[in-house]
Amino acid sequence: MSGDDDILLRASGLTKRFGDFVAVDGVDFEVRKGECFGFLGPNGAGKSSTMRMVGCVSPVSGGELRLFDLDPATDGPAIRARLGSCPQRDTLDEELTVEENLWVYGRYFGLSRKEVRARAAELLDFAQLTERAGDKVEPLSGGMKRRLTIARSLINSPEILLLDEPTTGLDPQARHVLWDRLFRLKRSGVTLVLTTHYMDEAEQLCDRLVVMDHGRIVAEGSPRELIEQHSTREVLELRFDVDDHARHAEQVSGIGERVEVLPDRLLVYAHDGDRASADVHARGVAPLSSLVRRSTLEDVFLTLTGRTLVD
Amino acid sequence: MTAYDDRSVRGPRAPLSAVERVLAVCGYHATVYARTWRGSIVTRVLSPVLFMLSMGIGLGALVDDRAGGIDGRPYLHFVVPGIVATQTMWVAWSESSYQVLGYIKWNMGYHAQLATPLRVRDVLAGHFLAITGHLVVATSLFMVVASLFGGFDSWSAVACLPVAVLTGLAFVTPIFAFTATQEGDNGFNILYRWIITPLMLFSGTFFPVDQLPGWMQPVAWVTPLWHGVEACRAVSGGWSASGGTVPFVGHLLVLAAYAVAGWLLAERTFTRRLAS
Repeated sequence: MSGDDDILLRASGLTKRFGDFVAVDGVDFEVRKGECFGFLGPNGAGKSSTMRMVGCVSPVSGGELRLFDLDPATDGPAIRARLGSCPQRDTLDEELTVEENLWVYGRYFGLSRKEVRARAAELLDFAQLTERAGDKVEPLSGGMKRRLTIARSLINSPEILLLDEPTTGLDPQARHVLWDRLFRLKRSGVTLVLTTHYMDEAEQLCDRLVVMDHGRIVAEGSPRELIEQHSTREVLELRFDVDDHARHAEQVSGIGERVEVLPDRLLVYAHDGDRASADVHARGVAPLSSLVRRSTLEDVFLTLTGRTLVD
Repeated sequence: MTAYDDRSVRGPRAPLSAVERVLAVCGYHATVYARTWRGSIVTRVLSPVLFMLSMGIGLGALVDDRAGGIDGRPYLHFVVPGIVATQTMWVAWSESSYQVLGYIKWNMGYHAQLATPLRVRDVLAGHFLAITGHLVVATSLFMVVASLFGGFDSWSAVACLPVAVLTGLAFVTPIFAFTATQEGDNGFNILYRWIITPLMLFSGTFFPVDQLPGWMQPVAWVTPLWHGVEACRAVSGGWSASGGTVPFVGHLLVLAAYAVAGWLLAERTFTRRLAS
């Protein structure tokens, strides 16, 4: 056993290659007991490949990975017995009923029939699906299926719950219900590891996160730390009645710390957004609209990579 | 380390025994089948019965009238053991092609299983066990119906059941190995048209392979169905296996070799597909 009992998951130089393609390029991170740790990045950044290695379903191509101080290469089943895994796409059995899905899954972890039934009843309550227990899965809504997938991944009382893009494809209300459930889980002591390309999700849920791009980690910290380190306090968004916003970048250069050109607007990074807005107007520049907001993780990502998270 | 006896409590758990792992997977397939069997049972029982009625009784009347049966015995008794063996190929086909690709690609059931302590070999072994159950049920049902029509002339035909199940497995495991390399249903169409259908027609099910042109006979000898047909016929009372050219145990060994080789291959193709 290593010294720090609080670290459940440790990766150093973790690499995943598919032939010549390097999907994950030597990443280092640690996840502590009880925290919610996130991987934020656009599609194709290497988040899912990282998650599949952490979930001990995809072998490590290079570097070192330890969960509970065990090596996935030799102790995969023992590690997976202590993990919950909620994949990007629901992998439920649509012909079976809601509760049958849980019963069957619990058996894979060696729970007795009695244990499985007791646990399923608790989890259906947690997932707000008790009333649908005897219904087939197929007609359930996307949000319900997602909650059932999460309930299923909790059947073995995991110490770490892995969530790959947990709310992708859900409507706003369903996302909030899900976030609420995940908060409760965290409060009950489950360590959460999630990937997302939604910055609001990362800000809502994660205590600590890493920003990934092209298989590498480009920044690490709490959402607040990341914003403080890599962005200004506020952002002034300017929209003009033109197709090409680059033309106006010249006119506002020098205002604020930095100007970013997006296809549909200009972002002026400034500590005082209202002041920057006044400066813009003082120069006689007349945008169609201007808006001052606080910096978000999206701005952090844009600053670090020059690209937006969701294209 | 910690003492652990209850696997539902957070923390390290006792590992599952091989039997527990395989039964958990098989239990899943049984649960699904309990929900879905109504949709497939009629077709599954009916198609070999139709073959028996048309070939065994329809064509059989002609053969018996004109040629005095086969080796002086009724054609029905010749063809029914052949259909018993051939039916297992159809069951193997329907359980190992689209269904399996579905678990790989569409509903991703295998991925869900592999996120648990189960390993690729457990997932395969449990599924093979479940399909063995299908083979037993389908073969038994047909044998009962066939015997009502006087399809067997000896009680020793009961031994067709294990032989037929082995024949089915000789198809199941290689088809699994193949399915794990497929992206869509093109490969399945080719396999069905160019392998499954010709095997049904030319493996001695409906007529002895020595009726075939000389160059085709060796083809029959290396394919599993001919061995299954001959072995089923051999245990159904009085037919000498393949006119005595291959001993009965030889047929069983070929079938077992197909099943084992297919299994090993399937472990490789599944690992490449699901855990890479």
